[in-house]
Amino acid sequence: MTSHIRNPKDFWAGVIYATVGLAAIIIGRDYGMGTASKMGPAYFPSVLGGLLVLIGLIAIARSFLRPGEPLGSFAYRGAALVLGSTVLFGALVRGAGVIIALLVLVIMSAYASIKFRWWPSIAIAIVLVVFSVLIFIKGLGVPLPLLGSWFGG
Amino acid sequence: MEFIAHLGLGAETAFTLTNLLYCLAGVFLGTLIGVLPGLGPAATIAMLLPATFVLPPVSALIMLAGIYYGAQYGGSTTAILVNIPGETSSVVTALDGYQMARQGRAGAALATAAIGSFFAGTVSTLLLALFAPPLAEVALKFGPADYFSLMVLGLVASVVLAHGSLLHAIGMVVLGLLLGLVGTDVNSGMARYTFDLPPLFDGIGFVVVAMGTFGLGEIVRNLEHEATRSVMMTKISSLMPTKEDFKRMVAPILRGTVLGSALGILPGGGPVLASFAAYSLEKKVSKYSAQFGKGAIEGVAAPESANNAGAQTSFIPMLTLGIPSNPVMALMIGAMIIQGIQPGPGVITEQPALFWGIIVSMWIGNFFLIVLNLPLIGIWVRIIMVPYHLLFPAILVFCAIGVFSLSNTEFDVYLMALFGLLGYIFVKLDCEPAPMLLGFILGPMMEEYLRRAMLLSRGDPLVFVQRPISATMLALAVLGMVAVLAPVISKKREEAFQEE
Repeated sequence: MTSHIRNPKDFWAGVIYATVGLAAIIIGRDYGMGTASKMGPAYFPSVLGGLLVLIGLIAIARSFLRPGEPLGSFAYRGAALVLGSTVLFGALVRGAGVIIALLVLVIMSAYASIKFRWWPSIAIAIVLVVFSVLIFIKGLGVPLPLLGSWFGG
Repeated sequence: MEFIAHLGLGAETAFTLTNLLYCLAGVFLGTLIGVLPGLGPAATIAMLLPATFVLPPVSALIMLAGIYYGAQYGGSTTAILVNIPGETSSVVTALDGYQMARQGRAGAALATAAIGSFFAGTVSTLLLALFAPPLAEVALKFGPADYFSLMVLGLVASVVLAHGSLLHAIGMVVLGLLLGLVGTDVNSGMARYTFDLPPLFDGIGFVVVAMGTFGLGEIVRNLEHEATRSVMMTKISSLMPTKEDFKRMVAPILRGTVLGSALGILPGGGPVLASFAAYSLEKKVSKYSAQFGKGAIEGVAAPESANNAGAQTSFIPMLTLGIPSNPVMALMIGAMIIQGIQPGPGVITEQPALFWGIIVSMWIGNFFLIVLNLPLIGIWVRIIMVPYHLLFPAILVFCAIGVFSLSNTEFDVYLMALFGLLGYIFVKLDCEPAPMLLGFILGPMMEEYLRRAMLLSRGDPLVFVQRPISATMLALAVLGMVAVLAPVISKKREEAFQEE
């Protein structure tokens, strides 16, 4: 992006607001506006969407006028490992079962830390699996298979 | 004496063995998780919420309230001992509390916080019991237009009192309102913004949003500063404050309690505002103001009393009007809805046992806090020392299983990861996610009241200024906005938050 943007945080936040607001209006066009006295499903979201677009535009305009701090580094690695391991948990939990899904979740997310070491993480993972199975599945009755459908569970 | 009868009814509910146990369990678990550096009450409640779904409504709410005070107090413990405030409301406690700890007076600081919290909790629980019923009676006269305007006022207040950019606070509120509308529209039965994904037909779960933004987003953010994050623990010797300490803490505790109780009732108020305001006030009026920031006991006593008082009285608008004044109350409302209770003025008359039971249990919870926390301080210290790189995978496990168990679908787990990413991005852009959660809870309610109000007025928007209650609310909302936008006052506001 060009150097005209003096406050990148404002700029990108503004872009997000404006995009979401616009999307709310455009998608809402299929829903029916109704009238002020009999509001259709699109009425309130369209008003909010319009408001959000306006806020977004103000933020974008302001980002060219008022200086602000730079964006700062984005923790790609941490975000990818933590959020990725969460998604993977969801993907594995029925197929592979909760034991494998939790081991993957714990060890992969722990890898995001700069202090990661294999053995302590594996130990923590095992402790957490035992704890979760006892508390959540046996205790609170969360219906999760210990071993998933891929193993005939 | 109706009041005594009410409290008696409450005591009957709260003093059953089961409910006492749930209250104790809530306080214990809340403290246990709340002392973990970086986990505030909102995240703690979101994490433990699914576990309460299996309980009957009264026990669930009693336990959640217990978790709330536990987490609040746990955060203060961490702030005092290691200077890492778990939540915004204990930021000011860390200023003098940590200095006291460094001078070898950690025990006295912890005891002061406990005593102040207990006193404030007792007073504000009484206030809650006294003021909630008349307020609920007034609220019964509210029409849809009044409710709508009240919610506008609540959202404006939360925006005005939020720290950081005003524009972004408004943006996040509106974003939250829109997110709240995802799902089937109750009036037309039409699925809105669901992208044809069946799990979205019931809307986005608020626990999913809360765990994603407060839980996962926070983990990613904490991992950024991992290298600089070191936990230095000071020794705790005697827990007993000296005679001099006792003398000095009395007035600040009283002032903190009064100020905190008042600020907690405000829409948008609660413990954060209360503790900041109490600290600034104390710094101005105390004759020891030169010692502030260097370990003044007043700097612990006042904000700690205030934040507990504010935490307690913020239940008043929640229980009587069904309006959350902060994210924690938003979570409580969500929990009530899941339990099949419609929050609002009807709760007191329709479910008196529940209402009074919760109130009495609040006092019991505060009592447990003081008898539990000080003797168990050794345990909390050991928990604080757990290194973060071993801790956060455990938080992830709780979040993942917890969110899955909401409706037994992996879709919620994916959605939580998405909100984790969004939460992290927003924090990077200096947009606080807390107002978004408020908007998220209020979105569907606001739409419903707007619809009803406009239907009754046959489409005439003037109804909002013609009804006196509604007009007052809107006038206050406008006043609040003007106050922030006026340069003089907005400068004051910046000063008030400078202490961070």
